[in-house]
Amino acid sequence: MEKILIEPTPKTPSINFDFNQGLLEIKGRSIPENSIEFYKPLVESLEKYGSTPGPTTTVNIHLEYFNTSSSKCILDVFKKLEAIHKNGNRLVINWYYEQDDEDMLEAGEDYQAIINVPFKMMQVEE
Amino acid sequence: MMLDIYDFYDKMERNNILLSFKGDITSELLTSILQIMESKLENLQEEPKVKKKVYNVLVECLQNLYHHMDEVDMVKSDKTRSAIFMIGKLESRYNVITGNYIRKENVELLSGRLEKINALTQDQLKEYYKKVLANGEMSAKGGGGLGMIDIARKTGQKLNYNFMPIDDQYAFFSLNIKI
Repeated sequence: MEKILIEPTPKTPSINFDFNQGLLEIKGRSIPENSIEFYKPLVESLEKYGSTPGPTTTVNIHLEYFNTSSSKCILDVFKKLEAIHKNGNRLVINWYYEQDDEDMLEAGEDYQAIINVPFKMMQVEE
Repeated sequence: MMLDIYDFYDKMERNNILLSFKGDITSELLTSILQIMESKLENLQEEPKVKKKVYNVLVECLQNLYHHMDEVDMVKSDKTRSAIFMIGKLESRYNVITGNYIRKENVELLSGRLEKINALTQDQLKEYYKKVLANGEMSAKGGGGLGMIDIARKTGQKLNYNFMPIDDQYAFFSLNIKI
């Protein structure tokens, strides 16, 4: 499988998905009008990766902003990860939020309540 | 006409309008507007917390307008494709005001959704958001009915809106959000 490396834009985050390392990183802002189109390649790759995942999969989500249109797509990403976890593979999800950003912490908690995978809430200084 | 422009200016000045636009809402326009607003928030030296909240709510309000333009089946040159929005700051609060035409047959559905959101407490809103996120259907472009819930949650305020009848086909929907 090819690595996925997407550069950030003013409306979309950077995505780094390194299959061999079992590492997925999403960083920046996610506010595209059409988020389905943007997240489709990632969701499809996660589906493929899920059939032969690495021994440990580490996911770092470090978003500055995301719109409600992205929130459903991010949930789709988590659902693919949940399936990997369900099959008995080790999975770590780190949800990063800035110190004073209660909305982002709460958003992470919302996902945690929906998805059956342990989240680590990672506070970072601005 | 020359007389009217001062009237516009004066009203905008008194409401401390930072930015306003009337016309077709495109993706490129939203990109520019958000960049302008980001640097304005930077210049006003808002704390990061306020800046993020205003930016977030602004994105939802503007993208609501954008998706609305997209969903409603309208002729390109039709005046009903146009929308208006204004962003102002009075005292320490930001105001985002949007207005757009809506077909009369859709008024009931939208007003029902907004009434439902306004009837909920903050805790109930949180639960409702999670429920719609987990189970809700998503439209082809990604609008999933979460926008208004998110706005109500992030501002901690009731949604202030109005439907003004225009003719037998259209009403004008306005929304005034205080952050």
